[in-house]
Amino acid sequence: MDLKPGSRWKSAVSSAEVVVVRPPSAPVVLECGGVAMLAPTAERPAGLAIDPAHAGASLMGKRYVDADTGLEALCAKPGEGALSVNGRPLTVRDAKKLPSSD
Amino acid sequence: MHTALLLEMAAEALGDRPAMGPSASAVTYAGLWAQARAAAAELGRLPADNVVHIGLNSPAVPLAIFASGLLGRPFAPLNYRLPDEDLRRLLARTAPAVAVVDDDMTARVAGVSGVEIIPRSLFEANALADADLEHDLPFVEPDIAVLLFTSGTTGEPKAAILRHRHLASYVISTVEFAGAEEGEAALVSVPPYHIAGVSAVLTGIYGGRRIVHLSAFTPEAWVDAAVTERITHAMVVPTMLGRILDVLEARDETLPHLHSLSYGGGRMPPSVIERALNRLPHVNFVNAYGLTETSSTISVLRPDDHRAARTSDDPAVRRRLGSVGRPLPGLELEIRGPEGEAVPRGETGEVWVRGEQISGEYLGRKLIRDDGWFPTKDSGWLDEAGYLFIEGRLDDVIVRGGENISPGEIEDALRTHPSVADVAVLGAPDDEWGERVVAVVVTRTPANAEELKAWVRGRLRSTKVPGDIQFRAELPYNDTGKLLRRVLKAQIVSAKEPQDAAAS
Repeated sequence: MDLKPGSRWKSAVSSAEVVVVRPPSAPVVLECGGVAMLAPTAERPAGLAIDPAHAGASLMGKRYVDADTGLEALCAKPGEGALSVNGRPLTVRDAKKLPSSD
Repeated sequence: MHTALLLEMAAEALGDRPAMGPSASAVTYAGLWAQARAAAAELGRLPADNVVHIGLNSPAVPLAIFASGLLGRPFAPLNYRLPDEDLRRLLARTAPAVAVVDDDMTARVAGVSGVEIIPRSLFEANALADADLEHDLPFVEPDIAVLLFTSGTTGEPKAAILRHRHLASYVISTVEFAGAEEGEAALVSVPPYHIAGVSAVLTGIYGGRRIVHLSAFTPEAWVDAAVTERITHAMVVPTMLGRILDVLEARDETLPHLHSLSYGGGRMPPSVIERALNRLPHVNFVNAYGLTETSSTISVLRPDDHRAARTSDDPAVRRRLGSVGRPLPGLELEIRGPEGEAVPRGETGEVWVRGEQISGEYLGRKLIRDDGWFPTKDSGWLDEAGYLFIEGRLDDVIVRGGENISPGEIEDALRTHPSVADVAVLGAPDDEWGERVVAVVVTRTPANAEELKAWVRGRLRSTKVPGDIQFRAELPYNDTGKLLRRVLKAQIVSAKEPQDAAAS
């Protein structure tokens, strides 16, 4: 899975979509609901379901990070299923609230 | 990451919310996304490398920004205020291009080889008419998002390159997605060919704030729009703020809906910001510092910094009202000496910056280093708490007898004199000292040179007292309020005879 910056991935088990903001320092598999995410043009295979261990949701506009590899992904479409890499849950990056400057 | 994704996400999450235009006729986020796709389909039918914009602020600006982004073509807004000959020469450099041009300006740029002109009214009408159609847009790898021609007071303008990744990184790291409250509205009055005009569109859209464009800035029109449209957020350059305050005072207007006013794009005279804080006590003021080459803001002085500076007894805190605050989280900023070496805290040097939003690149020329550090050519220093003070362009620093003297501090001192309406301080060649300090002053009431020199002497070290004070009716500015120092310098260097006689 080539998680290059700007690449887009969709959940195999829900409507969630993410965009890679920062690539991982080592190859990893990006998952939603515990299932590997798919290229945007791929068909969603039938019969897949969210792994209860990775229940939850991907929230629109949140930035998710993996501390181990530095991977950062932006949720561009919300959906069921928490995000993880190699089974390791991603964490929401704290929004650093800045005053509007434009 | 693609800047068009910013609008796509807003359309997905905030579909029916007003995105752009006066409240009575605003287009929604979903509507703007549909129109941008239609505009991209239309522009995509014409062979072109670049999408040029020539005109006032209008709904065509966001449309053209997102449409060109969707096509993977650079958006190149040009300064319509340039003389026809310069504008046409710049336009020719963008060929092959398609140019969206205000209807009443098309004649000025007709017939430039390799440039197809679309009148703005037609561009907007077609986007609206085709918004409901399905448009099959091919996926493009995002690369250059914007080409911005720098004002360049000498020589040909340089084209600064901003890639999608720079702008998108700036937006998603500084703006909370859909973080705006319902009813928030931003007034955009900086011209579309200014970096702040581009970033205002991107951050406004991603934050979920309605964008209201002022077609061209006048202080009266700005205040009218702020009142009528219940504007909550705006960004202005320092010269705009002074003129807006004049109108507010004349009308006794308090702008009760205004929540946040940011300023940047040049040095803010302390007297103007003090006046603004007094006039608009309910408003959160933000000083934003950045360059075209840094995708807009890299450092901010926040509202609480403004308040602390006004109420503190500590002189170090008080003087921060004249700073540009602290660097954005996630950016690295250093002050370095002429050899690129770090200088101790508190000492002046060149401002260097590194981060994902930093481009530092022009067509045909790269200033950013391989390790990602970009020398801004701005002179500045950091205080103990990390507040950044900008002294001006490095080229403008006066070197008098080996001492570096920054014009800004002398200008600030002179500006506090009741007779001084405007002032610029520059270095002029001097046989003895290398350079001597010259102040060019516009007076509002008569003052003589000796009186002004004594005023500075009472406030600053003696080496900073201007050796020469000249008087003028006005100073040269460009149309976004930047002092044209090189023009002024050429004038004072060519003027051989001392002008103290004019002081009376």
